[in-house]
Amino acid sequence: MVKLAHWISVLPFMAFWLNIMFGRKLGKLSAFISVGTSVMAALLAVLVCMGFMAGGSSYALTGWLTVNGQPITLGIIIDSLTVMMLLVVTIVGTLIQIYSIGYMSGDPRYSRFFAYISLFMASMLGLLLADNLLLLYIFWEGVGLCSCLLVAFWYEKPAAAAAGVKAFVTTRVGDTGLLLGILILLSLGNTLHFADMASVKGPESLVALAAVLIFLGAMGKSAQFPLHTWLPDAMEGPTAVSALIHAATMVAAGVYLVARLYGFFLAHPLALQMVACVGMISALMAASIACVTNDIKRILAYSTISQLGLMMLALGTGGYTGGTFHLMTHAFFKALLFLGAGSVIHAAHTQDIRAMGGLFTKMKMTSVTFIIGALALAGIMPFSGFWSKDEIFCAVWHHGNMWFFAALIATSFMTAFYMARLVLLAFFGASRLEKDVHESPLVMTGPLVVLAAFSAGLGLLGSPWCHGAFQHFIQAKDEAIGLNVPMAICSTMVSLSGIMGAYMIVVRNVKFPTWTWLKKMAVNKYYVDELYEVVFVRPFQRICVVSAVFDGACIDRAVNDVGRVVGACGQAVRRIQTGMIDRYLLVQAGGVLMLLVFILGKVCRIF
Amino acid sequence: MPHILSTIIFLPLLGALVLAVIPARREALIRFTAAAFNAAVLGCVGALCVLFNHQNGGMQFAEDHSWIGQVGIRYSLGVDGVSLALVFLTALLGFLACLASDRIRTKVKGYFIVFQILMTGMLGTFLALDLVLFYMFWETVLIPMFFLIGIWGGPRREYAAWKFFFYTLAGSLIMLLGIVAVYFWAEPHSFSMITLARSTASLSPVVQGALFGAFFLAFAIKIPVFPFHTWLPDAHVEAPTPVSVILAGVLLKMGTYGLLRICVPLFPAAMTMLALPLGILGVINLVYGACVAFAQTDIKKMIAYSSVSHMGFVLLGVAAMNSTGFNGSLLEMFNHGIITGAMFLLVGVVYERAHTREIGAFGGLASVMPRYAFFLTFMALASLGLPGLSGFVGEFLSLAGVFVAFPSVAIAGAVGLIALVVLFLVMIKKMLWGSPGKGVSWPDMGLKEVCIILPLVVITLAVGFYPDSVLQYQKHTIDILVKLL
Repeated sequence: MVKLAHWISVLPFMAFWLNIMFGRKLGKLSAFISVGTSVMAALLAVLVCMGFMAGGSSYALTGWLTVNGQPITLGIIIDSLTVMMLLVVTIVGTLIQIYSIGYMSGDPRYSRFFAYISLFMASMLGLLLADNLLLLYIFWEGVGLCSCLLVAFWYEKPAAAAAGVKAFVTTRVGDTGLLLGILILLSLGNTLHFADMASVKGPESLVALAAVLIFLGAMGKSAQFPLHTWLPDAMEGPTAVSALIHAATMVAAGVYLVARLYGFFLAHPLALQMVACVGMISALMAASIACVTNDIKRILAYSTISQLGLMMLALGTGGYTGGTFHLMTHAFFKALLFLGAGSVIHAAHTQDIRAMGGLFTKMKMTSVTFIIGALALAGIMPFSGFWSKDEIFCAVWHHGNMWFFAALIATSFMTAFYMARLVLLAFFGASRLEKDVHESPLVMTGPLVVLAAFSAGLGLLGSPWCHGAFQHFIQAKDEAIGLNVPMAICSTMVSLSGIMGAYMIVVRNVKFPTWTWLKKMAVNKYYVDELYEVVFVRPFQRICVVSAVFDGACIDRAVNDVGRVVGACGQAVRRIQTGMIDRYLLVQAGGVLMLLVFILGKVCRIF
Repeated sequence: MPHILSTIIFLPLLGALVLAVIPARREALIRFTAAAFNAAVLGCVGALCVLFNHQNGGMQFAEDHSWIGQVGIRYSLGVDGVSLALVFLTALLGFLACLASDRIRTKVKGYFIVFQILMTGMLGTFLALDLVLFYMFWETVLIPMFFLIGIWGGPRREYAAWKFFFYTLAGSLIMLLGIVAVYFWAEPHSFSMITLARSTASLSPVVQGALFGAFFLAFAIKIPVFPFHTWLPDAHVEAPTPVSVILAGVLLKMGTYGLLRICVPLFPAAMTMLALPLGILGVINLVYGACVAFAQTDIKKMIAYSSVSHMGFVLLGVAAMNSTGFNGSLLEMFNHGIITGAMFLLVGVVYERAHTREIGAFGGLASVMPRYAFFLTFMALASLGLPGLSGFVGEFLSLAGVFVAFPSVAIAGAVGLIALVVLFLVMIKKMLWGSPGKGVSWPDMGLKEVCIILPLVVITLAVGFYPDSVLQYQKHTIDILVKLL
């Protein structure tokens, strides 16, 4: 059964071609093609999971390319990490596509949307199945492309078009790191197969550099500081896309890459240290921006950066289980939150939470599921986020670096704060909306309910009641499993105080003394975009213009001047050719005369 | 099939003779005849690909006859892994460009006759194994191209045609000197590339360097290598669409083909010595080309400069001087021909409708011409090296090859690639995205236009997914080539 795994990626790819070629004729049918292949992929993923439990293993389809004498195969990796991710991506992906049937209905490019989504699913699942770094890189760029196309899906809006380009280019900067990492490993005579990655040959410094460069790719894809600026802008895309690509799956690919190469990173502490630091900075920075943002989707976007940062922090401090567990739970509750936000935006036609209010009474289903998602994100027991965050707390605590732990506490406080603020402002209090709102149709709320069930219950897989089923599955080795009670109390206290803080500010209108400069910094997103504009964008444009001018005014001019000089010489010589016989004869006579004189002179001297 | 190569080379010329006797007013018949001959050439090349033994890295289907016996000039032809893909590329693009010539409305007969002569020249260049024969075909290309740009070109066609003609002629005359010098320096005296490959390796590096310089200048102008590139944008802007396709798709490859066919086997010591400067030139081409392209407002000029950029990858692969790099370089030549050929066809499609090539005049084409938007996006992505499409494989192999030899050059190349990504994405954004301007209601691509572009799309996908579809033909020859170093 495991040997069917590659079809998980191939099926959506076929759906892509069907939809892109016959989209206009298919009409509504295109959604069913995409959802249908996605459901089949999900069923196959379950089969593969069962096959894996029964002892199925990786396999290679065919050879693909030979680089520097190293054969690179089209191979499929089957292990616990891939199987878990396959299940997450196919399930979340299917639910989001079902939701999109309602969310995208009436869009003139309906079938194009599903074509892109299917291409995305194919690339994402291919990325998870790839058994070597080059193959992963190929799909890695593929998901980046889909992200770009879907962010710019409503390309008539200039902001959407710009965001699409920004998303692709920014991640491409990171991917250049990944590419260079691959080139280093190849040049040292390594295979790129994940199975051999723990024992890479070559000088330590170069290999460590390769690890750092590969992590650069992960940073770009997972929107980690300082390559995070594209993700908030990517919210210009349809909300279903934000849920699927920019919350649940693609942005998690960076974390997946680090987890996939965990043995390799463990062997190079420098790279691992960098993973932890980048994760910490991203988590803190993004959470603080989320606290002062008013756009519901952007809050969730910054929250995603922050949570991905936490996963990186966990991985960087040795918490493989915590990182991967949070990756899984986050995929469900963040998809839920985005879809809920989409439902709200669909009804309220605004994204500003200050303009909402009182939605709870009007959109019961959306509100209840959204709040479940928010509680999971804030890490309240027994929702899934609690269990995975607990793992992260334990890992960071055991690592022993107090800065990391302090950052973790601060981040989870802020997480609870901004989610509570969002929920209180948008769903409670008096309505500030001008017109009446209605609950979304069943095709949209249905997926919300299913995702809410996952968000509420999935964490139990990692709880003592299931004897740490998840931990056993993912690491396949015995570890002290058990709820760390003091840690759990500590994290719950932090979350509750965050919620309390939001309650005080939003409902009770208590004025806390705030550092205005810090708030100003956060509101302006720490001026990173402005910095990039000055340091990269404008100089690049200027260099391009200058080189174009140089090309015309110097190089081309020089070429033409050479031509002109040759021409001028010709012109000069041409004067002599007058075509008048008498002049030629005159010159000839003169020449003969001079020769005679010359010869006579010689002759006279001899005699 | 003993004379298949001669057939391939001279079939277009026969076509030209047949066209010459057709009355000029029977345009439809002329178009049909030209297409039929090019289809026949493509068919022959297809047969050649099938019959080609790709386990054998040596010359196949060789023909060798004495031609000017007194000085040992021979009529010798042959095909191996280095030339096969380029011959196929020439035949395919020639056929498609011929089909795409229906916008040529004046002097149709003359156009197709000249076009057929051009085909003979290009095919001969890739198949000749004698330096004099090679030179003859090389120069044969020049004259039809001069007329194609100068007669059927845009408003500044005469300037562009003369510039192209003199610039490349200056280069090739120096190559002629080089050919004569090689003949006298080598023992035994010979013009045969095969014989020379065995004998010139013993020449001193300085002599090799001088000879290499003579050949390289001709090739550098043709490729074109910075700073010899400025004829290219002018020629492209003025050339009609099908001629641009041939120019970018095939003509530029003659230069890079020369590097692999002549410079590497004949002057290995000089190549090894000058590999680093070659790599640096490659990076300059890559980055400078992309930057200048970014600042262009004329889309044809932009793609012309992006060709300069892509040729940088070919140079990088050659500079690697190992089998990975050579494979990447050769594959990139093929891919660039396919992709950029398609790009120029697509530019032609909008130019016919809008009668302008200013990027600023477009916008929102994705809403107006969705099919066109798909093809342009597809080819732009292939051009920027998206993995899964053909452009990536060539670029990756070139970079991987040169990384072993000169890591810093490869790093610069990989970082420079970002400029290419920005270039094509911004092009997509400006042309396809946004809202269409007022009164923009052009028809989408018709069936014929789609059929012309479709083979190129299929090849781009096929090579991207399964690189061995092209690599299998060339790798054994390249193994032999690398052993010469």
